[in-house]
Amino acid sequence: MENKRTAFDYVLMVLFIGMIGITVYPFLNVLAISLNDPMDTMRNVNFIIPRKFTWSNYSYIFSENNMLKPFLLSVLKTVVGTGIGVICTSMLAYVLSRKDFYFNKPFTILFIITMYVSGGMIPEYLLIMRTLKMGNNFWVYIIPGMIWVYNVILMRSFIEGLPMALQEAAKIDGANDFVIWYKVILPLCTPTIATVALFQAVGQWNSFMDTYLYARELPTLQYVLYEIMESAQIKVDPHAAAMGQMKNAVSPMSVRMAITVVATVPILIVYPFLQKYFVGGMTLGAVKD
Amino acid sequence: MKQKKKQKETKQPFSLDLMWRQRYLLLMSVPFVIWVIIFKYIPLWGWTMAFQEVIPKSFALPVWERKFVGFQNFAQAFTDRLFAQTMINTIGISILGIFIGTAAAIIFALLLNEIRMKKFKQFTQTVSYLPHFVSWVIIASIAKMLLNDGGAIETMFGVNLHLMSTNSPLFWIVVCLINVWKEVGWDAIIYLSAMAGIDQGIYEAAKVDGASRFQQMWHITLPGIKPTAVVLLIMSVGSALNVGMERQMLLSNGIVQDHAMVLSWFAYIRGIGSNNYGIGTAIGMFQSVVGIILLFIANKVAGMIGENKLV
Repeated sequence: MENKRTAFDYVLMVLFIGMIGITVYPFLNVLAISLNDPMDTMRNVNFIIPRKFTWSNYSYIFSENNMLKPFLLSVLKTVVGTGIGVICTSMLAYVLSRKDFYFNKPFTILFIITMYVSGGMIPEYLLIMRTLKMGNNFWVYIIPGMIWVYNVILMRSFIEGLPMALQEAAKIDGANDFVIWYKVILPLCTPTIATVALFQAVGQWNSFMDTYLYARELPTLQYVLYEIMESAQIKVDPHAAAMGQMKNAVSPMSVRMAITVVATVPILIVYPFLQKYFVGGMTLGAVKD
Repeated sequence: MKQKKKQKETKQPFSLDLMWRQRYLLLMSVPFVIWVIIFKYIPLWGWTMAFQEVIPKSFALPVWERKFVGFQNFAQAFTDRLFAQTMINTIGISILGIFIGTAAAIIFALLLNEIRMKKFKQFTQTVSYLPHFVSWVIIASIAKMLLNDGGAIETMFGVNLHLMSTNSPLFWIVVCLINVWKEVGWDAIIYLSAMAGIDQGIYEAAKVDGASRFQQMWHITLPGIKPTAVVLLIMSVGSALNVGMERQMLLSNGIVQDHAMVLSWFAYIRGIGSNNYGIGTAIGMFQSVVGIILLFIANKVAGMIGENKLV
């Protein structure tokens, strides 16, 4: 642009720096509280640089409060759920992209309908808990939400955009449909796979309702954070604090913020790298069927 | 795109031979069809419970042996002391959310589009996605830390605005603003891509004619994204009753609960909380059916005013 900057450009700049501030400030505030001495935090919660730096909140949640198990469960659920989800989504998307498949139309309709009509919470709850008896079983996190039809449609339109000649060439070489999916389609689908994997991984990592409804005995990180938020009853020993053993003292606020950081950081590390994929995926998502 | 047309083949008649030739495709799709029937269609069949008396004791009975009560569950739900307020909350939060959300996303996209420094624009956009990827539990945890009485906002400004402790529609606004904070960058993606699709030649022509940047924004960019905005707006009206229970439950507290209750949460409390599956299903079904009707109306309206239909 050869235009020189006008006052408007500077106003915009200031405006957006302000916006970045509003977006980022709460996160920095949380991070600072989690790294600050709990007793000091009680004075005033409004700061973004730890006043009295300490790791004690983190060592507390991972040792005494035993956050390790929920953390590992969240990781396991995210990895398994995303892996299975991506495989199933791409497989189904490939089959539905094959116009020569005899059941293409009816199967496609069967899946699309579910995007608009759902039985609702209670019938789903009863199906999973009473009929299938999947309550408090690890697979309740994985199986019921295995496929998002939206993602299938996203991937199908991507596969339909690939040159058909590749599939035909593979067929002439004697490859069956499964091999074509595995050897030809999957490697070419990397951009959509990245998008779908991100969507599903974020969904799994962030989900809280599935634990809340179906598996309270298998608490994930998000659910533990919810419980702490609701009860605000971290066992703080007031005597220990009064006796001057300040080092081991914790406050509910500090612990909550430390867990908040642990639950947030993995996602913040991943998403900026996948940005170019999901922005494309979002706009492609507006396709009609 | 060219491939799609070429692929249009004559449909082959059903034969065992064809099934054998497509056995891999069948193997790769039938398990998912079974999955979708179990997890998506059986719950739909569960709608029969809306017309029956279903409590934990009678759930084990087959459908035909349960007591059939007609529309009694619906009547009981609609006359519930919480129902009227729940409907008002659902519609209020929903409409407020749609309008504030759409306006914020459009303004954000419009202004971001005007930034000329590419690096800064890119950075701003990346930061703006951040809250979208963070769960509602975390957002609620942060929001309560900031907005509760004695929280960071109060210490910062020295006034207690009672944002989370006023039992009035103020809570709707708080919820909607938190939602805007979380989603504005994400929602702007679609508008930014619509703006990228506007012919640059129009801007050049306007510049030659001496149009200022505001005039260009007003007369070129805004009309350029109007079709997208109208379609998105109408479709979101179609899902007006689907205010998620998760967000409401996490952000609310005992004081504001009267103004936080929405239909899906109400269905949970009556259905699972007090073990009356019949009523819970009836509320869910009401929500779903109204949603479908709204969707069809919205789709019709979109077609009538000459925009692309989405369905």
